[in-house]
Parts: sequence; structure tokens; C-alpha cells
Amino acid sequence: MIQHNANKGMSIIVKSIARILTGFVLLYGIYIVLHGHISPGGGFAGGFIIALSYILIMLAFGKEEILQRVPQATITILESVGAIMFLFIALLGFSSGYFFRNWLPEGTPFKLLSAGTIPISNVALALLEVSLGLFGIFLVLVLLKFSQKK
Amino acid sequence: MIEINLLLGFIIIAAIIAVNAKDLLSAVVAVGVSGLGICITFLTLKAPDLAITQLVVEILCLMILVNATIKKDLPFSVSGRWFLNTLITIIFLIAFLYIGYQAISGIPRFGHPTMRVASIYIREGLEKVHAANLVSAINLNFRAYDTLGEATILFAAAIGVMAVMRSKGRKKKEERETE
Repeated sequence: MIQHNANKGMSIIVKSIARILTGFVLLYGIYIVLHGHISPGGGFAGGFIIALSYILIMLAFGKEEILQRVPQATITILESVGAIMFLFIALLGFSSGYFFRNWLPEGTPFKLLSAGTIPISNVALALLEVSLGLFGIFLVLVLLKFSQKK
Repeated sequence: MIEINLLLGFIIIAAIIAVNAKDLLSAVVAVGVSGLGICITFLTLKAPDLAITQLVVEILCLMILVNATIKKDLPFSVSGRWFLNTLITIIFLIAFLYIGYQAISGIPRFGHPTMRVASIYIREGLEKVHAANLVSAINLNFRAYDTLGEATILFAAAIGVMAVMRSKGRKKKEERETE
């Protein structure tokens, strides 16, 4: 549950709506990522939707909330894990042939577990995009801090 | 075809307004309008993957830009060597238009799918990859090298900005031990 601090952020109406909506936005982002090989979307779009759910928290509850929830070290780790995971999936293709081979069994199309490595690659890209989106927020916070000091 | 032309005109008008706006916030809003126009253009051209990505990235960039510009009002510099600046702008505009015309006149006509490799992807994509979404299959299987390069670019950009914008430097090992 999101900790409530009456003085920070927007009014109580915005906070209540944001508290309800954040979970749904997060869930929709995860759906877009996991169904990237069946329906339109994929890792890039879904990752940014997941990041937007955190931005909703930032807009409603103030900057301290997001800085407390997701420290910058977590974002760095997420980004590195996404990039290395994508490369690792590609390298595992050598186990049965060549770089970027589809080494997992390909199921029947239009099923959730199909298309070999594509769902895992989507998840890896989504991790990268989530961290990039959150990193953008941190960049703005740092920039605003700089401009206030001057 | 007519709706795409209308949307293109809409995007161009929004871009002109963004350049000519007097304060920074209205320029940011006009940039967002042109991005939404691009999103609807993708939808009309039946590319929902691109439309979703464009919409989401546009919202994210708009939020970051609004957050960065809402408290500042940068003045426009109108003084200076306006004659030289206008001359250089016109020369570069003509050069870019000429080069762009030369480049675009070489590619196939709009909506004319004659590319050989792409037609192979469309015909054999479902049997080879077993992915229902062909865009995903091309992105992550046929052209996975491109996606790897893209991910590398994003990663390197984030690492570079993180290194430049970091406010506290890392301490040396001896200093950490003495503390």
C-alpha cells in the first residue's frame, strides 16, 4: 500500500484515483510484454507502459515517494540485467547452431507459450525499457535540482 | 491517401507553431500534438505496433519535457547577425531538400510492396518462427541483430548520461577504508 503523506503531491482526489489506476496500468504493461508475439505491442511499448505507471505515482504523490520506492541502484541493476539477458539469449543459440538461433521448441502459433525465444527476448527488452523510462525521471529530478541551486 | 496528407499537414502546422511559440511550455505542447499526429498516421497506415510505441514514448517524453520546462521561461534571442543566420538557414534548407529529393526518388512508390526480402518474411514468417505477430518475429528473429544494436545504443546512452550527470564522484579505495 502506498504510504499517505497529506502535504506532498496533489490533492486527495488525484491520489485516490492514482492509487486505484496504478495497478491496472502496471498489469496492462505486463500483458503487452507477455503477449508481444501474439498481439500488437512487445517489449518496447510494454516496458514504457510499466515505467508510466511509476510516473503516475510520481505525479500524484510527489518526488520523494518515487525516490524512496525505486532507488537508483535498482534501476542500474535492472538495466544491466535486461541488456545481458538479451545478449545471453542470443549466445545460447550457439548451443544448437548459430547466433540468435531460435533454440527453444516452437509451439503452435497463437498460444502463449510459442515462438521459441521471442517471449523471453521481449521480457529482456522490457526490463531495459522500464529502467530507461525510470532513468528519464531521475534525470529530470537531477536537472531540476541543479537549476534550483543556481 | 487524402487522410494521410491531411495528417501530414496537421503535423507540419504543429511543428511550425512549436518553433514560433513565445514561451517554452506551449512549444512543448505543440511538439506533443505533432507526435500524436504521427501516432494517428501509423494507425491509418495499419501499423498498430508502431502506434502503441509512439504514443507511449510520446507521453513519457512530454511528461519529462513539461517537468523540465514548467518552472523556467527561457528568453528568445532575437538580436545578432540575423542576415547571416537567415542566409545560412536558407542555403542548408535548399541543400537538404535537394539531397532528400534525390534519396526519396530512388525508393519504390508509396504502398508498393516490391521488396524481395520483405516479401519472403511475409510469406514464410509464420511457418519459420511460429509467432502470430509478424512484427515481433521480424524484430526479434529475422532482424535480431538490429534489435541487439538498438538495445546497445540505448544502454550506452543511459550509461553515458548517468556518468556525466552524477553529482557525487566515487571515492578511492583507500579513502573509503580510512573513513
